[in-house]
Amino acid sequence: MNKNKRLISGNEAIAEAAIMAGCRFYAGYPITPQNQIPEYMSWRMPEVNGVFLQAESELAAINMVFGASLTGTRAMTSSSSPGISLKQEGISYMAGCELPGVIVNIQRGGPGLGNIQGSQADYFQATKGGGHGDYRMPVLAPSTIPEAAELMMAAFDYADFYRTPVLLLSDGILGQMMEAVEFKEYKPIKKLVKKDWILDGARNRVPRSIFSLMTAPGALEKHNWKLLEKFSKMEKEVLSETYLAEDAEILVCAYGIMGRIGKAAIQMARKEGIKAGLFRPITLWPFDSKTASLYGSKAKKVLVVEQNLGQMVEDIKLAVEDSKKVFFHGRPGGGVASKEDLFEKIKELIK
Amino acid sequence: MKPVYLKPESLKDVVTSYCPGCGHGLVHRLIAEVIDELKVREKTIGIAPVGCAVYAYDYFNFDVAEAPHGRPPAVATAIKRCLPDRIVFTYQGDGDLASIGTNEIIHAANRGENITVIFINNANYGMTGGQMAPTTLPGMRTTTTQKGRDSKLHGFPLRVSELLATLEGTVYIERVSLIDPANVIKTKKAIKKAFSNQLTGTGFSFVEVLSPCPVNWGLKPLEALKFVKDQMIPYFKLGILKDKTEEMKKEKGA
Ligand SMILES: Cc1ncc(C[n+]2csc(CCOP(=O)(O)OP(=O)(O)O)c2C)c(N)n1
Repeated sequence: MNKNKRLISGNEAIAEAAIMAGCRFYAGYPITPQNQIPEYMSWRMPEVNGVFLQAESELAAINMVFGASLTGTRAMTSSSSPGISLKQEGISYMAGCELPGVIVNIQRGGPGLGNIQGSQADYFQATKGGGHGDYRMPVLAPSTIPEAAELMMAAFDYADFYRTPVLLLSDGILGQMMEAVEFKEYKPIKKLVKKDWILDGARNRVPRSIFSLMTAPGALEKHNWKLLEKFSKMEKEVLSETYLAEDAEILVCAYGIMGRIGKAAIQMARKEGIKAGLFRPITLWPFDSKTASLYGSKAKKVLVVEQNLGQMVEDIKLAVEDSKKVFFHGRPGGGVASKEDLFEKIKELIK
Repeated sequence: MKPVYLKPESLKDVVTSYCPGCGHGLVHRLIAEVIDELKVREKTIGIAPVGCAVYAYDYFNFDVAEAPHGRPPAVATAIKRCLPDRIVFTYQGDGDLASIGTNEIIHAANRGENITVIFINNANYGMTGGQMAPTTLPGMRTTTTQKGRDSKLHGFPLRVSELLATLEGTVYIERVSLIDPANVIKTKKAIKKAFSNQLTGTGFSFVEVLSPCPVNWGLKPLEALKFVKDQMIPYFKLGILKDKTEEMKKEKGA
C-alpha cells in the first residue's frame, strides 16, 4: 500500500498540502464550512515548528499573514465567504506592498450570512478585485481533492515568485467531502527566488521598509505601472482543462466542483451520441480566454454552469465571439445542479 | 572636544513632516535613543500606523513596516512569532489604536505577546485634520465636534491604559507625558523599560504618551503643553498602571 495515499477531506488535504509546501504560519478565525483547516493546523503546525494562531477576527488573521509574510515566512489563512469579505483589506495591502501569501476561500452561500452550503457566489469578488485599488491576484479553482492539494502547493510558489497574494477558490462541497489523495512530494513549480526584501532586522545592511502609501507626486502612478508589468507576467500562468472539446458541438464551461459534475454530464451525453465537451478553467484569473474562445467559437452552443446566478458567464461571453450562443444554467444559495440536470440542459440546447 | 548631544544612530538625518510643537518627533527621538542604548538597532522591526506617523520608516534608521489602519498589533504578533529573537514594536495614534484597532490591541495584549507598544494619545485624529478621537476630552472642540464633545452623543474618552491593565496577559503599562524636561526623561525611562522587557522575554509592555497637537488644537506649542497638563492629565492620570516586570522576570529566570 502506498503510505502517501490517504482518505482525507478537502479541507484537511488543503492544510496538509500547505505544510508540505513549506507553509509555516497559519492564522484564521472559525467559520463553517472550512473549520477543518484551522483545526488541522492547530496541531499540525507545532509538529513542524510552525506558528498557528487563532485570530480574533478575519481582519486580524489576514494582517497576521501580512506580518508573517514580511519576515519571509510562507504564510496562509483560510475562511469562507463572509470572512473573505473581511480579509479584502489585507489582500489589497498585500497586493500594494507586494507581499506573498495564500488565502483559501471555501465558499458558502451569500449574500450576507447566507448559508453554509457549498457555493460559487464569490467569483466576482475573487477575480475582479474584491479589495480596493488597481490590482490583480491569481485565483486557483480545484475540482477534485487531489487537484486541491496540488494547487495549494503551487499557490505558494506563485505567491513567492510574483510577490503576490494568491487565492485558492474552492467551495463547501469540496471542502467537506472525502477522497483518496496520493500526496506527491512537493516540487516547486517556479524557481524559488531569494527573498532579499524581507524585514528581519537591518544587520549589516541598510534598513528596509514595506509600505503602500505613496504620496509623492507621481510615485503611486509609477508603482501602479510597475505592478502592471508584473500582472502582465502573471497573466501568462493560465491553466485550464478541456475534455472532449475538439469536436464539441456543445461546450460546457464550468469550474471547480461544477466542472467535475459537468464532466459526468458530458459522459452521459456522449453515450447518447451528443457531441458535448468541457472547458474548465483552473486559474480563474488569469482566465484562459484563448482556449474558451477556440472551442467556444467552434461549438454551436456554449453552456456555462455555475453554482450562482451567473458570474463566470460574463468572462465566457467576452471570450466567445458570438455571445448570443452562450447560455447559462446556475443554482444559487447552495443549490447543486446534478449531472442529470445538466444532461437534460444539454439535450434541450442541442435539439 | 567630546560632543554631548548627537543624533541617535537609529534616526535618519532627515527633516520630518511633523508640525511645530508636535510630540511625534520627540517620541521618535526617545525611541531611537533607547534602541541605540540597548544596542538592538540591527534586530529591531518597527510597525508604523496609519496616522501622522505613517512615514516613520522615513525617519527611523531600522526596518519598518507600515500596517493597515489599526492593525499594527496583529502584524507585530506575527512578526514576533516568526522571529522571536527580534525586537518588535508598534507605534500607534489614538485613532489607530483606540478606535479602528481596539480589537487588535486588546487581543494582542490579552495573548501576552512579547512586544512593545508605544501609544501616542493626542486626543484627536491628527492626520485627517483634527476630528474627534475616542480620547477627545468632554467639551473639547474638534472638526467633528465643533461645539465641543458632548458625552451624551459621543460617549466618554477611552482610558486605554486602564483597560489593558485589567488583562491578565499584560506585564507593564505606564502613562507618561512630554510637558516638561522632567517628564520627557520619565517618558524615556518608561520606553526603555518597555523595550528592555522584550529583551528579557518578560511580555507585553505598553507606554501611553500624552502628546501635544498644537496645530489641530489651535494652540501655540507652549499653550499645547499647558493644555496637556491642565486638561488631559486630570482625566488621563500619569503613572504606572501595572507592573509585573519583576514577577515575570523571576518566572522566566531572566
Ligand atoms: C481604513 C481607514 N479608515 C480611515 C483612514 C483615514 N485615516 C488616516 S489617519 C486617520 C486617523 C489618525 O489618527 P490617529 O491614529 O489619532 O493618529 P495621529 O494622526 O493623530 O497621529 C484616519 C482616520 C484610513 N487611512 N484607513
